[in-house]
Amino acid sequence: MRAFAYVRPGTLDEAVALLNEYGSDARVLAGGTDLIIRLRDRTLTPSVVVDIKRIPELAPSIERGDRLLRISAGTTMTDVCSDSIILESFPALAEAASVIGSVQIRNRATLVGNQTNASPAADTAPTLLVYGATLVVVGLHGERRVALDDFFVRSGVTTMQPGELVTAIEIPLPSAPQGSAFTRRTRRRGHDLASVTLAAAVGRDGSTRLAYGSVGPRPLVFSSDRGEPPLETWFASARPSPTSMRASPEYRTAMLRVLAHRALATARARLAAA
Amino acid sequence: MTMRINLTLNGRPRTFSVQEHHTLLDALRDDLGLTGTKECCLVGECGACTVRLNDRIVDSCLVLAAEADGGDVVTVEGLAPEPGRLSPLQSAFLEKGAVQCGFCIPGQLMAGDDILRRYEHPTRHDIEEGLAGNLCRCACYYQIVEAVEAAAHGRAHEETQLVESAVVREMPPHVVDQ
Repeated sequence: MRAFAYVRPGTLDEAVALLNEYGSDARVLAGGTDLIIRLRDRTLTPSVVVDIKRIPELAPSIERGDRLLRISAGTTMTDVCSDSIILESFPALAEAASVIGSVQIRNRATLVGNQTNASPAADTAPTLLVYGATLVVVGLHGERRVALDDFFVRSGVTTMQPGELVTAIEIPLPSAPQGSAFTRRTRRRGHDLASVTLAAAVGRDGSTRLAYGSVGPRPLVFSSDRGEPPLETWFASARPSPTSMRASPEYRTAMLRVLAHRALATARARLAAA
Repeated sequence: MTMRINLTLNGRPRTFSVQEHHTLLDALRDDLGLTGTKECCLVGECGACTVRLNDRIVDSCLVLAAEADGGDVVTVEGLAPEPGRLSPLQSAFLEKGAVQCGFCIPGQLMAGDDILRRYEHPTRHDIEEGLAGNLCRCACYYQIVEAVEAAAHGRAHEETQLVESAVVREMPPHVVDQ
């Protein structure tokens, strides 16, 4: 690893000031499960690494408000998949968080980091998209909120501006019963990246939301208000990589259909049981 | 650049200097001489570098030493109750023949120990999931799972044994002769 300075701001203002001072020469360190790999292989060579884990507002926390569930930037996958509110209200998110990496990875990797890395294969992204999650972003000019669907651009690229930091994810609490489910396809059970990752949510009013990842440069979300969802239209947006070693485009497209039907069946069964 | 960090390491307070860009794995092996923790894939896939940090196991190749400042770190060297004795889990690994080349075993032990700490009665599924981040090139998976299961069920030796006698007794003669 090329030498860098490690800084550990104690406040959000200090962190934002550092990120603005150093610009693209600074990198945010939360869980580190992606960053440290990229520092070691030198695809990233920042002069400053800003560890945000000692900032009190970003400490691991999952808080239920009147209308929102707020998950702080320091919250790990282990925290997410064992939280009782998430297990009850957002089971697809708990399912996605519980299959990422291994115990060791889930103990470090953060839910926010899984979004800011903008990997097309991020398992939690489709679940957060179907739940309509929003990111809270701070910068020199204060705080703004951005819908997760407006955040992803392509692999590794988001609409976050230089000097900005994501402090939390907010998920609207469902006002009516909904059923939701997560599913994915990997080459082997256990520690693997998904060839297709997918989440679905259905409501009593007949609404359907479905999101998928790992079949194009960014995860995509679709919704219909009622009736049979136009799945084939939704699947037509898939752009699986022709060169990926994980799976061929034909396989991914075929599995997309299988996973969508499985996730929808589970989501509908959960709605019926709700 | 270097910084001073404080750790509770295997139950003892330690203060030492680390390079800011060095990982916890680097610090343990190169600065502190605790070479039980193994360096292998360096991308968080193999689990050979597993240690416990603040009650959770982590891949120490993916944690900067500086991040562990103020933390409580337990390595494989800290698993045995006292020098010369083995923990029940370590004894179970010997009893079940879970060790072949041995390189992955420190990580497997840390992950197995974590399972025993998290589950009072782990199922086969809990054990397999808990060990999913630890690869074994010799493919002793079945015996490793059995060892964790045996330790969980208290079927391992209740009496801990002297390390040397246990090792000599368990190893076939041709291995010892090498």
